[in-house]
Amino acid sequence: MDQHPAIELRSISKAFGMVQANKDISMRVMPGTIHGIIGENGAGKSTLMSILYGFYKADSGEIFINGNKTLIPDSQAAIAAGIGMVFQHFKLVENFTVLENIILGVEDGRFLRPSLKKAQAELTQLANEYDLHVEPNALIEDLGVGMLQRVEILKALYRKADILILDEPTGVLTPGEADQLFRILGRLRDEGKTIILITHKLREIMDITDTVSVMRRGEMTATVKTASTSPEALAELMVGRKVLMKVDKAAAQPGDSVLQVIGLNVTDENGVHRLKDVSLEVRAGEILGLAGVSGNGQSELLEVLGGYRKATGTVTLSGEKIPLTGSGANGQSRRNMGISHVPEDRQREGLIMEFAAWENIPFGYHNAPEFQRNRLLMNNKAVRTETAGSMERFDVRPPDPRLRASGFSGGNQQKIVVAREIERNPDLLLVGQPTRGVDIGAIEFIHQQIIALRDQGKAILLVSVELDEIMALSDRIAVMFDGRIMGERLPHETDVKALGLLMAGIAKEAA
Amino acid sequence: MELLTLLLPILDSTVRSATPLLLACLAGLYSERAGIFDIGLEGKMLASAFMSAAIAYTTGNVWVGLLAGIGASLALSAVHGLASITYRGNQLISGVAINFFAAGMAVVAAQSWFGQGGQTPRLTDESRFSPITLPFAETLQDTPIIGPIYYELISGHTLLVYVAMLAVPLTWFVLYRTRFGLRLRAVGENPSAVDTAGVSVIGLRFAAVAICGVLCGIAGAQLATAEPAAGFVKDMTAGRGFIALAALIFAKWRPWYALFACLLFGFLQAIALRPDQIELVLGFKVQLQLLDALPYILTVVILAGFVGKAIPPRAGGEPYVKER
Repeated sequence: MDQHPAIELRSISKAFGMVQANKDISMRVMPGTIHGIIGENGAGKSTLMSILYGFYKADSGEIFINGNKTLIPDSQAAIAAGIGMVFQHFKLVENFTVLENIILGVEDGRFLRPSLKKAQAELTQLANEYDLHVEPNALIEDLGVGMLQRVEILKALYRKADILILDEPTGVLTPGEADQLFRILGRLRDEGKTIILITHKLREIMDITDTVSVMRRGEMTATVKTASTSPEALAELMVGRKVLMKVDKAAAQPGDSVLQVIGLNVTDENGVHRLKDVSLEVRAGEILGLAGVSGNGQSELLEVLGGYRKATGTVTLSGEKIPLTGSGANGQSRRNMGISHVPEDRQREGLIMEFAAWENIPFGYHNAPEFQRNRLLMNNKAVRTETAGSMERFDVRPPDPRLRASGFSGGNQQKIVVAREIERNPDLLLVGQPTRGVDIGAIEFIHQQIIALRDQGKAILLVSVELDEIMALSDRIAVMFDGRIMGERLPHETDVKALGLLMAGIAKEAA
Repeated sequence: MELLTLLLPILDSTVRSATPLLLACLAGLYSERAGIFDIGLEGKMLASAFMSAAIAYTTGNVWVGLLAGIGASLALSAVHGLASITYRGNQLISGVAINFFAAGMAVVAAQSWFGQGGQTPRLTDESRFSPITLPFAETLQDTPIIGPIYYELISGHTLLVYVAMLAVPLTWFVLYRTRFGLRLRAVGENPSAVDTAGVSVIGLRFAAVAICGVLCGIAGAQLATAEPAAGFVKDMTAGRGFIALAALIFAKWRPWYALFACLLFGFLQAIALRPDQIELVLGFKVQLQLLDALPYILTVVILAGFVGKAIPPRAGGEPYVKER
């Protein structure tokens, strides 16, 4: 026992107002290991790591780095203690070069030229040592997410970090890029670095970590050797009850064609060609899953179909042509036609966070006759009654129509949006990222609702960056890359690896 | 030669008119590059114009006046910094408040101090900046073309004009060649990147706002205490702070472009001073009011976005709140 843990946390607690984000957390991470921290959204993983990186201050508790008690009041102190962090949302300056981003905050002397020169030399050395090659003079805004992540890792290594924390690093990567990242992490571990990996994906924990800690509702419920546990056991620890790892659904009974998209093209306000000749079809009683790394045109497709982005091409709903430009192309007219839309970002597009639940429920349907008292006034009482009913049917907690949207947890916010759209009984439901940032319990529920709607013979277009979700729900899977549909597969005839290749733009008919 | 004698006086006053604009524009550049919008340039200039003139008059020393002007401008900068950085208030509202405060306070103070209807008394030559004749200007005066250009256009300005011109390459160097400049640009684009890199966002932004205050202070002193000006009069900034903001957008937040943008505005102000020459060049008479309005019309055109897309610093106007 003469080796000290690289990191030891003793009784860390942190509260935000009434919410206890971290409760009496103790943890030890041995040097030269990869330690996973897994838990649902809101379990307190990110808060804990932010405390370790000096972003937040713990209410109580102590931190020991390599056996020495260390105070980390700010990021400067964390860097000095040899801790580097790769945040979920990259902390890079878009219009700077890779090199400028790397030296920011640790420049040598007052002038840039010598610092840049020295950094370039050191970067080449690091790149060779860890196999992390990035063009040092490329602008950040020109690089893909995989590269940006490398820049973040290099930034930490340039600051002589021995402990590297990665927060949900694979959320934006294709499976191929994720594998590459894991190879890099493996290499870093072999060189003696200590790595903490925060994730909610069980597969990643099983693949790469040496030990794993599970967090639930602000508490650390277990720390185990990865080799001696199983995904099912970890899931149970995360949620606190047994979880069905698979969605139960009957085979689809596809009917007539509902949505037909032919040769759709979109060029955005910057002149970038976002959708390139996209064609697809969704039939009644089936779920078409649209997979892809975010930013490959899925959002634009949803916006066009939802009526708030202009496009060229042909879209028909049950044989009737839908206007794609002009005054008929708006969300209201789409909803009147029977197209409901659960937008990708509930906080920005789905809800008005400062409005109460009952004020959010009529959005898009506020002209419905049952919500009107007369030609001038809305019938708020009817809206509230409707809201209370929806909240009960969709198990929104707490079931209080007067609570502001921002007062609900992510999962319950999403249930409000899903309830609003499904309850209008649409012919076609557009769903974007239905379970992003939603806890496992709510994921199960939302998935069941989507499948129930399918079983009523409705058509559903599902866009998700979570491959597991696409695999579990879809009756057919289409993959988008760079604004194109790369191909279509049946879920039982393909696997994550084959889809991953398509998502990376590699079309192999072998899959 | 004919054209040169016609043009030189106009260009000469172009440089003079552009100076306060340029100083204010660079002031705004530092502040906005750090992510703090500042529509209070006008108020800071005005406060400095009053203080520099008042103190220069009472002490008889123009340098003490300059320092007082910078001090007044810095004090308002501190208020803006406190409101928009420390307390994360709305930067536009803070700027508007500073403008109103300065416009009212300068006149009230001038009235109670000097009792001359809200003005400062006329400054004598010892208590204002006089033109400087550069070396060899007189001897070279008769050399064809170069001589008059050197004598009329380059030589014979007050010190603050040269300070403003030198501030352009200096700003460029600071921004693109120093550590401070890198961090300043970074904090206006993505403050959380700066924060996680272990650098104080608040410190950087206060530094930027302070530089902005100093430059606005010099701009105000130039307006009130540099020849041909001879003291403070009510509303003497006449919207220059806002024109400087338009020039900043026109310049896409870059120092050299700022110089050219300000010279353009200065030129428009200069031709308004010489309607006769304009008539001579154009061959017809242009309404004086129209000439006077030209800089403001250009401001509107620029702000309406007719001169191409200008991308402001991404974090501009947003108070920094630590979040993940």
